[in-house]
Amino acid sequence: MTGAGRGTGRSGVLGGGGFVAWTVGPAAVALVFLFLLPLAILAGYAVLTTGEQGEPILPFTLVSLTRALDPLYLGILARSLRLSLETTAICLLLGLPLAWILRGMRGRARSLALLAVILPSWTNLLVKNYAWIVLLRQEGVVNSLLVRLGLVSEPLPLLFNEGAVLAGLVHTFLPFMVLPLYASFEKLDPALLEAARDLGAGGWERFRRVIVPLSAPGIGAGVTLVFVPALGAVVTPDLLGGARGMMIGNLIQNQMLLTQDWPFGSALAVALTIASLVVIILALGPGRRGERVELL
Amino acid sequence: MRRAYLLGVLAFLYIPVLVLVAYSFNDSRFALAWEGFTLDWYLGVFRDPQIGRALRNTLVVSSLSTVISVVLGTALAIGFHFGRFRGKALLDGGVYLPILVPDVIQGVGLLSFFALVGFPLGLGSIILAHVSFQISFVALLVRARLDAFPRSLVEAARDLGAGPLQALAKIVLPLAAPGIVAGALMAFTLSVDDFLIAYFTAGPGASTLPIRIYSMIRRGVTPEVNALATLLLVFSLATISASVLLTRSPEEGVKAR
Repeated sequence: MTGAGRGTGRSGVLGGGGFVAWTVGPAAVALVFLFLLPLAILAGYAVLTTGEQGEPILPFTLVSLTRALDPLYLGILARSLRLSLETTAICLLLGLPLAWILRGMRGRARSLALLAVILPSWTNLLVKNYAWIVLLRQEGVVNSLLVRLGLVSEPLPLLFNEGAVLAGLVHTFLPFMVLPLYASFEKLDPALLEAARDLGAGGWERFRRVIVPLSAPGIGAGVTLVFVPALGAVVTPDLLGGARGMMIGNLIQNQMLLTQDWPFGSALAVALTIASLVVIILALGPGRRGERVELL
Repeated sequence: MRRAYLLGVLAFLYIPVLVLVAYSFNDSRFALAWEGFTLDWYLGVFRDPQIGRALRNTLVVSSLSTVISVVLGTALAIGFHFGRFRGKALLDGGVYLPILVPDVIQGVGLLSFFALVGFPLGLGSIILAHVSFQISFVALLVRARLDAFPRSLVEAARDLGAGPLQALAKIVLPLAAPGIVAGALMAFTLSVDDFLIAYFTAGPGASTLPIRIYSMIRRGVTPEVNALATLLLVFSLATISASVLLTRSPEEGVKAR
C-alpha cells in the first residue's frame, strides 16, 4: 500500500499514516495472494506446454488456447453459451412480470412475497439440483405420475439432457434476476408513467420507452447475476445433464482433476474468466457501488 | 391474474424442494406413495460416521474461515470508509470480483496456486480458499452499515479528545456491529454451503459436508440423502434469516441524519 495515509487531512480521523496500512493492508494482501495470483497462474499455465504428467512446462505455446476451438470441444462451448443465454432469457421473461407485480404490492403482503422470492436463493445448490433428480429421474415423481395417469406407457427420459439442465439453472438463478429488477422498478417515479400515459403511450410503449430505459441498471445487474454464474455452472450440468449436458465448467473440472492436462484446463478457465469479466464490466461498470450493495 | 402468476412462479421455486422434504419423512425406502411418517432416515444420518466426520470438518473450516474473514473484511471496510489512499478506486472495484467470478475459476485457480507453492491440500487449504471469497461479502455488509451513519460522529469523538483507538473501539465498532454480525453469518453460511471451491482445494481425505452429499447424490436417490438435504436446507434458512433480521432491525442504533 504505497501512499498509505498520504493526503489524509480531515480524512485521518482514525489515525495517521499507519491506519490504511493496518486496516486495508491485510485484506488486500489476502485478495492478491488468494484471488489475483491464482488467476495470474492460470493465465501463465494457459500458454505453457503440457508435460508428461499433464504438468505445465516450458516453452510457451498457444496450443492449449487454440485447442479449445477443436470441434470436439467447440460443441461443449456452444452448449454452454446456448444454455446460459436461454437461462438468462427465461429468467428475464419470468422475472420482469414478477418484479412488476411485487412493485404493485403493499405492506405485509409485499414483504412476504419478497421474502418468498429471496429464500430459495439461500437454499444449497446441491439440495436444489437433487430435488430435480427426485422429480425427473426414470422412477421419479413426474414419471410415476405420468404413467399412473396413463399419459405415457413407458417412463420418459427426463433427466440427463439439456432440458433438465435448463430447468435446474432457471430454478437456481431466477431469484437473482428478480431482486435487482424489483429494486429498479421500486425507484421508478409513478408520475413519469402517468405522464407517458397522458401523452398517449400504450402499455407496450410505456414498457419499452419508459420502464426499460429507467430500469436499465437493474436489468443489467440481473442479466449479469444470472448469465455469469450460469456460464460457469459445474454442479447443475454434472448432476442433471450427464454427458449430454456437459458445459465448459465440467470440461475445466475434467481437465484439471481427471485428464490432468493443466495447461488446457487453464486455457479454458482463462477463456471463461475473460467472458465473465466482459459481461460484468459491460453490465455493471465501474462506479455504481450503490447498486452493487443492493444486489445482496 | 397477478396473484395466479405470483403463485405459479413461487410453486416452481418451492415445489421441487418441498417434494424432497416430504420424502425425507416418508416411511418407505422405494415407494413414491406416502406410506406414513418416520424419522428413521434422520436417525440414519446422525448415525453415519462418514457424515459425522464431514460435519466436523465443515464446522472447523466454516468457523475458522469466518473468524479470519470477519477480522480482515471488517478492517478493510473501516479502512476504506475512513481512509484515503492511492489505488482506492481500483480496490473498490476489485474487492467485488470474488463475489461475481464463477466458483469453478476460483477453485482451479486456488488449486494451481496451492500446488505451485507446495501448500498441502486439506482443511487448511479449504479455509484459505473460503477466506478469499468471504472477505468480500463481509466488507460489503460492514461498509453498507458504516455508510448509514454520519462520519461526524467519529470527528466529534476525536474533537472531544478520544484517541484513534478509543474512537474505533467506542464509536466505530459498536455502530458497525450489526453489519459485522450479519457479515459473519453470511460468511459462515457461504462456507457451509460451498461445494465446488472446497471440492477443488480439499485434496483426498478432507471431505466437507457438501462434498459428502455430492458423492451420495452421485450414487443415487436415497431417503437418507433426502433427510440430509432437508437438514442442510433448515440450517441455511435459519442462519440467513438471522442475518436478514440483523441487517434490517428496526432499532437501527444511530439513525443516519
